[in-house]
Amino acid sequence: MLTIKDLHAAVDNKAILQGLNLTIHPGEVHAIMGPNGSGKSTLGNVLAGRDGYDISGTVTYQHQDLLSLAPEVRAQAGLFLAFQYPIEIPGVSNIYLLKAALNAKRKAQGLPEVDAMDFLNSVKEKIKAVDLDQDFLYRSVNEGFSGGEKKRNELLQMLILEPSMIILDETDSGLDIDALKVVADGVNSLRSPERSFMVITHYQRLLDYIVPDFVHVLANGKIVASGGKELALKLEAQGYGWLDNA
Amino acid sequence: MNTANSELTALLNQNYQHGFVSAIEADALPPGLSEDTVRAISFKKNEPAFMLAWRLKAYRHWLTMTEPVWAHVAYPPIDYQHIVYYSAPKVKPTLNSLDEVDPELLRVYEKLGISLNEQKKLSNVAVDAVFDSISVATTFKDKLLSMGVIFCSFSEAVQKYPELVQQYLGSIVPYTDNFFAALNAAVFSDGSFVYIPKGVRCPMELSTYFRINAASTGQFERTLIIADDDAYVSYLEGCTAPMRDENQLHAAVVEIIALDRATVKYSTVQNWYPGDKDGKGGIYNFVTKRGACRGVKAKISWTQVETGSAITWKYPSVVLQGDDSVGEFYSVAVTNNYQQADTGTKMIHIGKNTSSTIISKGISAGFGQNAYRGLVRINPGATHARNYTQCDSLLMGDRCGAHTFPYIEVKNSTAQVEHEATTSKIGADQLFFCQQRGLSAEDAVNLIVNGFCREVFRELPMEFAVEAQKLLGVSLEGSVG
Repeated sequence: MLTIKDLHAAVDNKAILQGLNLTIHPGEVHAIMGPNGSGKSTLGNVLAGRDGYDISGTVTYQHQDLLSLAPEVRAQAGLFLAFQYPIEIPGVSNIYLLKAALNAKRKAQGLPEVDAMDFLNSVKEKIKAVDLDQDFLYRSVNEGFSGGEKKRNELLQMLILEPSMIILDETDSGLDIDALKVVADGVNSLRSPERSFMVITHYQRLLDYIVPDFVHVLANGKIVASGGKELALKLEAQGYGWLDNA
Repeated sequence: MNTANSELTALLNQNYQHGFVSAIEADALPPGLSEDTVRAISFKKNEPAFMLAWRLKAYRHWLTMTEPVWAHVAYPPIDYQHIVYYSAPKVKPTLNSLDEVDPELLRVYEKLGISLNEQKKLSNVAVDAVFDSISVATTFKDKLLSMGVIFCSFSEAVQKYPELVQQYLGSIVPYTDNFFAALNAAVFSDGSFVYIPKGVRCPMELSTYFRINAASTGQFERTLIIADDDAYVSYLEGCTAPMRDENQLHAAVVEIIALDRATVKYSTVQNWYPGDKDGKGGIYNFVTKRGACRGVKAKISWTQVETGSAITWKYPSVVLQGDDSVGEFYSVAVTNNYQQADTGTKMIHIGKNTSSTIISKGISAGFGQNAYRGLVRINPGATHARNYTQCDSLLMGDRCGAHTFPYIEVKNSTAQVEHEATTSKIGADQLFFCQQRGLSAEDAVNLIVNGFCREVFRELPMEFAVEAQKLLGVSLEGSVG
């Protein structure tokens, strides 16, 4: 699915990622943990194609050179970044954005635009799954939403777009436990042998609900330790300090 | 685009030169403005005595006035003695096919979704008689006349309906109003005249079908719209297609009268040549637009989408005289590159229970400067008057500017006046978010900008709204990323 080799990224000559290697196969869930400033969010942004970084190394996504693709092309190819701080777009209704996004993806796949009625029925079904009222479809994108509502809205976009590679950037930040469960349930419902996840998080808590196959520890722009889900528990118990001596 | 524009301008100038050399020269006045110029214009148009007298009074008054300097715009001094104040409509050269038209212009037409036949008309390519809009226009005119609706050129109205013209001309915008209105009154060449009789609901949007014919408008236009008791009309001015003109100064006047329970909706889409990317050339659009709700429960609604012109100076206003009358102003003004806009409205509340709504959306990109200037005045007799003003600015990039100059004068304690203003920026975050959901940068900007303008676009007639959305996309092309 995704192969990252010797990835470096810098902002204003300040190195953030410094030779990161990672392979994610279809169906796998990888957690990326690490202290603040270790480069976790940068990794998500670089993979999604945010500009402003000086990048070297290679990233192969579904046999394509990911780094050479425009951000929208990456998204159309099924790469999805759930934002830590979802953006507000005043005046643009949620349902309009969802439809535009879905049609952009379908167009890239050579499919016709989605039928309006089919789309409406499918959206109404999926918004129930994320525990949001239908009114949210007609409200401006994320405008005036609470932190939890914004994250559930990200999940709704994920359910509609059915991406193949999902990157969750600190999705647990700002969520109370109930909202966390709703989001985790939604994510788990998407788990399948064809779909992969990269779960970026500072805390182990999220991984109680989205159980990873692999856990990686990111420090100083590199993966310094990898293991199974028990590694996350060790981090929870001992903090990140022990890694300095490792 | 820069080179394409200057090449096109060069081409146009060349063609216009040819135009001057041929038959037209004989029917143009030499440059310059004097009483003789005014008399000559009136004479050429075969006007009745009251028109000449009015024009001369306007001219003499204009001589005593000075150009206004209070607007938030800057431009080199205009030499009024260098302007040609009268020339017969210039004949554009006829082309054989669209292949001869500048490809850049065709690309813009394409993006705006203008049909091939309209493209041909706009670029003066010969078309089949079936598509000749003049014959279409005649058919509609006959239908309107059968309902008593008068819709014709101002010149025709002066000849055929002099008593209506004499009664209302200058009654809303007197020639003493301002410098440019005085100049317009003295030398205006033509424009539109609309009269909707009592109780008639005009069955079509006026001028949508005529926009191609209306394309060759003059430098000093004058429009007069009269809606009698219980009448309704929706009037559309302008065209989304790019308009080029060798006249730099445009000073139009629009007057609207709404009598008892009459409603007039006036929508404008203005896309005059804004100048090139370096701010060279472009139209100065100095317009006076005003409506009066003379009767009870009368309503006048202005909707404007301003994307063109190097400089825009206009304040479509409503004087709310009749009790329970309503005034509305919905505006989107875009300034890109070096464009400057100082626009807004005036709502003058005189009658009881009058209400007004102002929704202004300013978008600045490049080095564009966008100012909202609005006056809300509640006179002492206007008990229970209400106003709601919302004034939003959207900035793209960090070299443009947005300015808000609200003036609120309340002289009646029962009035309710609300003013809200916001300034926001299209951020890299919003763009990246949309792109991460699969939209191209261009589609993302369109989405964000159209969301910002939604409250105004929904006031436009449907087909115009769709065109206006596309127009915004074209106007802001290349301003991000």
